Formats: sequence, C-alpha cells, structure tokens
Amino acid sequence: MHNPCGVFNETYEQDLAIFRTKTQWGLLIGAIIIAFTFPLFLNSYILGVLIQIFATIIILHGLNILTGYCGQISLAQAAFAAVGGYTSALLSEWALGAALPEWFPGIFNFWITVPIAGLTAGAIGVLFGIPALRLRGFYLVMATLAAHFIIIYIIVHTIGTQAQTLPAPHLFGLLLNNSQSYYYVVLVALIALSYVAKNLVRTRFGRAWIAIRDNDLAAEVMGISLFRYKLSAFFIGCLFAGLGGALWAHYTRSITPEYYHLTYGLWYLGYIIVGGMGSALGPFFGASFLIILTQGLAEVISALSGTFYGIESYLSAAREVLFGLVVVLFMILEPRGIAHRWNLFKAYYRLFPYAH
Amino acid sequence: MLWVNNIEVVYMEVILVLKGVSLEVHEGAIVSLLGANGGGKSTTLKAISGLLKPEEGEVTDGNIEFNDIRIDNKGPEDIARMGIVQVMEGRRIFEHLSTEENLKAGAHIRGDGSSLKHDLDMVYNYFPKLRDLRHSTSGYLSGGEQQMLVMGRAMMANPSLMLLDEPSLGLAPLLVQEIYNIVLRINSEEKTSILLVEQNVRAALSIATYGYVMENGKVVFDGEAEKLRDNEDIQEFYMGLSHMGKQKSYREVKHYKRRKRWLG
Amino acid sequence: MMIVETVIYGLVVGAVYGVVALGFVLIYKSSSVLNLAQGSLLMLGGFICLQISQWLPGGVWFFILAVFITLVIATLIGFSVERLALRPLIGEPLISVIMMTIGLNVLLGGIGYAIWGSGNFPYPTDIIPIGSVSILGTPISYKYIFSLIIALLCVVFFILFFQFTRSGIAMRATADDQLAAQSLGISTSQIFRYAWAIGCITAAIGGIIIGFLIGLNSYNTPVLGLRVLPVVLLGGLDSIPGAIIGGLIVGVTENLAGAYLDPIVGGGMRDLFPYILIIIILMVKPYGLFGWVRIERI
Repeated sequence: MHNPCGVFNETYEQDLAIFRTKTQWGLLIGAIIIAFTFPLFLNSYILGVLIQIFATIIILHGLNILTGYCGQISLAQAAFAAVGGYTSALLSEWALGAALPEWFPGIFNFWITVPIAGLTAGAIGVLFGIPALRLRGFYLVMATLAAHFIIIYIIVHTIGTQAQTLPAPHLFGLLLNNSQSYYYVVLVALIALSYVAKNLVRTRFGRAWIAIRDNDLAAEVMGISLFRYKLSAFFIGCLFAGLGGALWAHYTRSITPEYYHLTYGLWYLGYIIVGGMGSALGPFFGASFLIILTQGLAEVISALSGTFYGIESYLSAAREVLFGLVVVLFMILEPRGIAHRWNLFKAYYRLFPYAH
Repeated sequence: MLWVNNIEVVYMEVILVLKGVSLEVHEGAIVSLLGANGGGKSTTLKAISGLLKPEEGEVTDGNIEFNDIRIDNKGPEDIARMGIVQVMEGRRIFEHLSTEENLKAGAHIRGDGSSLKHDLDMVYNYFPKLRDLRHSTSGYLSGGEQQMLVMGRAMMANPSLMLLDEPSLGLAPLLVQEIYNIVLRINSEEKTSILLVEQNVRAALSIATYGYVMENGKVVFDGEAEKLRDNEDIQEFYMGLSHMGKQKSYREVKHYKRRKRWLG
Repeated sequence: MMIVETVIYGLVVGAVYGVVALGFVLIYKSSSVLNLAQGSLLMLGGFICLQISQWLPGGVWFFILAVFITLVIATLIGFSVERLALRPLIGEPLISVIMMTIGLNVLLGGIGYAIWGSGNFPYPTDIIPIGSVSILGTPISYKYIFSLIIALLCVVFFILFFQFTRSGIAMRATADDQLAAQSLGISTSQIFRYAWAIGCITAAIGGIIIGFLIGLNSYNTPVLGLRVLPVVLLGGLDSIPGAIIGGLIVGVTENLAGAYLDPIVGGGMRDLFPYILIIIILMVKPYGLFGWVRIERI
C-alpha cells in the first residue's frame, strides 16, 4: 500500500506483513529495546507518567476502533474504563475476603481479574451499543453520553464514592508493587494489545467496520450485518477500555468514581483526534503528546509556585484551557491529527531532497 | 445589460466546465439557453448569479459585466442586491415556511417594509393560486404551485434580470404553458429581462426572442428565436422533428444518423 | 402539597432549559452545528453578569444595566466563536464539529474556572424581593415566579422574532435551504453569525436565571448546561416549539423523579433521569416529538 519505491511484494506472506522494510523493523525493535531499558535509569515519577500514557493508549486503541474505524462516536469510554477498574477491584476484594479453598486466591488474582474486567466492560459495552443499531451521528453521541451517566450512577449507588483499593500483582513469587516492576506489566500488555488492535482492523472485521464508518446504509446493502459488526466494534472498543482501566487501577491501587468523570471521556476523544483517528499510531501520538504537554504544564506551574504565590490553584484550570486550546487548534489547523503529519514527514524523509 | 464575455469556469480547481462562453442579454429581452444535460447551462447561470462559490466553482477567465460593472466572482448576496436573482432548478422552496413567509424571504434584500404589501399583491396578481394558499406550509404545495412560488419569491426581490433554471421541469404540459404565459407577462409588464435555461426547447423558443445552444461547455449555436426554430439541426436534435418539420414517426425510421452541422 | 411545589419548580427549571435549548436549536437549524459548548457559555454568561453587577453600584436599575452589558458581551462572544472556531470547519465531518464544540466547552469552562475559581457564587438577594405567593395552597417564592416570567418572555420574544421579522424569516429560510437563501441575497455567513449570537444570548440569560435560582459554580453549572441535550432530543433537534415543550417536560419530570424516585433508589435521580429519558426517547422516537425526519438515500 504505502511502500517506499523499490519494495515489491513477491509472496503473500510479504503482502500480509505489518512491517515491511528494514527501517521499520529497526525502528520497532529499537523502540521496544529502549522502552524495556527505561526503568533502569528513569525515576518512579517519570515511569508513573509512562504507565499512565501506556494505559491510556490501551483505552484509546479501543476508542480508535470504535470511533476511528467503525465511526461510532462514543463519549462513554471513561465509564467503560471504570467498569474495568471496578470489576477488577471487586473481584480481587471478593477473592481475598471470601472463604475460598486454599488454592483459590493463588489463581484468582490480577492475571485473571484483569481479563475478566476487560470482558465485563466489553459485555456492558455491547448492551449500550444496542441503540447504535438504530442511531447514528449526533443521536448516538447522546446515547453514549446517557450510557456514561447511567454507568457512573450505578457505580456510585451500588459501590459508593469511597476509595476502592486494589492489590498489586504477583508474578513468580515477586510482588510487583512499585513503578519499576509494574511498568513491565503495562509495557508487555501495551505491545500485545497494540498488535491485536493493529491486526484486527486488517481482518474481515476491520474492513466491515471501515465500510460501516464510510456509509452504514451502503454497507448494509452490501451484506454487512450491522448488528454483528457494530456490536463487535462496541465489544472490542469497550474490552480495550476495560483492560486499560483495570491496568491503570492496579497501578494507582485505589480508585474512586471521580477518576472516571465525563471529562476524561471527552479527553479520550480529544486524544485520538489530536493523534489521528483511524490510524494505529494515532493513540500513541495523541496520548504521548497531550499527557506530556499537561504534565509539562504541571511542572512549569510547580516551578513557578515559588515566584507567584498561589499559582498552583490554577493548575487544573490551566490544564483544561490548554487541552481545549490544543483540540481547537488541531481541528482548525490539522483535523487529521499528528499521524497524518507523521505520514507526510515519512514521505518527505524518503524522497529527500526531492519534493515528489 | 448583461455581458458574459468568454468565461471559463473551473470546479474544485480541476474540473473545467465552461470553456469560453459568451452571451448577452439586452434590456427587456427574453433570452433562452438551450441544450442537453451536462452542457453547462446551469453552471453559466450560477456563474452569473454568484452561486458557483458555495459549490467550490470559480470563474477563472473572461468576465461578466452587469450594467457596466464587473460581477464575476462576487458573492451571491452582492449580485442579488444588484438586481440579478436566480430561480434555481428543482423548485427549491423553503418547505417549512408558509407561502407568504417564502415570499417575504424573497424580499429580504430590500430594506423598505412599506412596499412589501404592494409587492405581495403584485405577486398574488400574477399567481392568484398563491393567494389562496398563503398561510399553508409550502412543503405541501403541488409541483406547479411550488414553481409559481419560487418565481414569485424571486419577483419579490424586484430584479431587473431574472435567471430561470428549467421552470418546466417535471410539470404537465398545460402547467408549462401557464407558467410560460406568466413569464411573458412578467417580462412585458414588469420590464424584467429574463435569461431562461431550458431543455424543453419548443416551449422556450415559443417565448424567447434570442437563443443560445450549449454543448460541452461551449456555445455552439446562437441566433434569433425564429432562426433557431427553423434550423434543421435544432429541429432534429432538440425538438424531435424530422427535417420536414413534421412530427417524427416510427414509420419513417431513418436509416442514417444525421450529423450535427456545427462545431461541438 | 409537595407535588404542586415540585411541578412548579420543574416548570421554572424547564423554562430555563427551554430558553437555552432555543439557542442550541437555532444554531443547529441554521448551520447544522451541534453546540456542545452551550454549558460553558451558560456559565460564562452568568459569571460575567455577576461580575459586572459587582463592579457597578448596587440596586435594581444597575443590575438591569449589567444584564444588558452581559448580553452585548455574549453577542460579541457569539460572533467571535463563529468566526474563529466554526467558520474553518465548514464542510468537515460531524465528529470534527462535535469535537470542536467539546474543545470549546473545555476551553471556556477552563477560562471560567481560572477566573472565578471553584467556589459557589450566589446572586445578590436584593434584586428580587424576598417573599412568596400562594399557589394552590403552596407558597412559591418570588424568585421562581420571576424566573418563570423572564423565561416565558424570552420564549415569546423569540417566537415573535422568528415569525414576523425580516431577519427571523431569513434565518428560518437559511435553515431550510442555504443555497436557495443565498440566491435571494440572504447572506448565510451573516445568518450563522446571528445564530451564534442568539445562541450565546440565550445561554447567558439561562446562566443569569440559574444564578438567581441556585447560584453559580464553575464546576456544576456547565454540567447543568448539558441538560439542554435531553431537552433538544425530546423536542426534536430542529424544532423551536419543541425546544420549549421539551424543556418543560424535562424540567418537570426530573423534579418529579427527584422527589418520588430518590427515596426508592437512594438519591441522585434528578440528575440521572434526563439521561434515562434520552435512552427511552432514542429507542422509541429517535427524531424527538417535533423533529424533522430526514430521509437518507445512498
């Protein structure tokens, strides 16, 4: 598809490969190696930010599939992340407290509760995706907005607003309770899930989603079952949200409904817009760019707090202003996001010094 | 009054639609612009009225002058204010507004509220049916009534030149006759010049004083209405008559295809 | 007589929703933009009016002056938002427009938060006389009556505006068919500008009334502004009377739900009920009570 000049497909395997050139492989392996060495020299604060970015990217992969590929705009991604976080929290708590057989707590741990959390979020996502079969555009946005409020309401009124604690995972007898060790868990999950997300959109499902995004009526007439594919998009999208939410919850070790305010649902949408919708790299760019930007803002403000008394009370306001400004400017100047710029840059780099 | 001088129109900066069209409309004349689908007739009208802009079209060459002022690439609002109003193809009424509100919307560019009543009466005088329907929602009017409404709406702007785009489209022959009689009356009584785009060549030439034939973005033939009516090519290709001037009949199916005798 | 009080309070709140929804519907009708920033605009309007009234000397007349200044500022905000943010997006897909207004909502909300902080700001109490009238044996405070009257006056004003003025008819015409409106010399960019100005004015009026009723808060007031969404869905996105009736229905039902369902489910129902209503409406009547059904073809 977008191969540099001189790279030809000679076998079907080549045609199907995700990474085609030596440069791509080199960049990928290099990036993974560098990512694996980060805990050796970065402090826990920066690792914490990285974990936040990675967990957010996982959530964004889901939203990207749902909104970027399947065209179903959803404001409820934060609520589905909440479903993931709370499912894992409640299951862990139950497993610890219940009078279970001797062998049980050993198995019913982080490695089990997080996937269950993902599946639960996916299942609830399907439930709230049912209106999508009849609705599109703005009306669907409204349905997902309602879904957000209903899910959060149920959480608040069944579990309560008090903080819910979560255990740290064990692995081979090691307790992964600090940023250094937990970082690897999230990193491996990110790599695996990014691979899944990238590959899913190249399958029959992915093509059906794209067809639905471009024109759902035409897709249906061509024999694509809207029921099946819209709901599968909701399932996958919310599955990723649940996984990301659960992974993040096990890092903070304590969650409240405030962590999943509607604001975050809107921000997630902003992330993928800034990163580039309908591109596997979009979540990476969007989350990295905006989280680093807002963290940088927090740094600047705390650095200034010595000089200007009381400036830190403006932090959350300034963060909102910055986020709003970035989204508005991106919509005006580069509606296709950073991923599009990246493609332009790649093309430029390949062809340098020629323009075309 | 209106001079279109060798204009070239390009859509979306790539699609060349008009390739050097020239025409003129004199004060008080009815000029018709004829031709088949896709010939560029509607585009010519839109170039004159400025409605190209919302469709990402642009006049890239040549000029359009109206009463000695250049109007090419001006905004549609400005052009309408200068006295050119286009009646678009396909009866584009404001369907959720009542008939009278439609007419009032037509008078939008005229600041004076005093003559509104007088003008409404004038329109109702031309189209008596509209008076009875003035409070009903215009979306429920019949096709012929809607066509009358859009024409009346354009008259409310008090134009000195009216651009009519296919007023006969989809109407019964009797209604077409009625509409054309009203066009003639408007022309003679209100002194409004009319530029008429039509595929119904016979009807158009029955009222027009001058005609242009367009094909593929060019004017291929023009002349007095008399001359056009008598032209064998026009009769053959646009009026469905054989060159004998009789109605064509399948009994005398020709075994050769007549070639157009102009440079298309 | 709890029910009478609940219903009347619901009507008051509903009338405010109706006014704000009117602005939303108008922007949507004339330019097909779904303005999710209505909540922040509402908060800004309320705060600006409060701020100006604090700068001016006290008293009813100066407060009315402050309201007028606020409306002028709201008009300017409307003009600039339309010009700077929405004009470049003409022709972009729905998600861009939705995201733009979400971004604006966050941006304007953040600005409000930065200026006024997170406290509660009640409006001065000496503008509307304290006291109550008895309706069906239930005392209803003057400020509710007053708010209801203001809201209804706005509604009547806008209905008259759209029915009888030149600009009002031109706006409705543009909503129906932009190109045809342009062919008659109606300037659509001017219409969009007016629509945004009216949207901001109605939001500001809503903000001022909410300031009187419950006070302002930079965190909660924009969320209250989101309530306009169930209202417009119920009434139909493009119906002006629908906005008013939808506002009244949502206002009354959410208050009834708050009064009678809260004891059963344990609170919070008033804020949730409009969203449950959304789901029901979307499942049963997706185009609202008065909305135009758009026929789609491939």
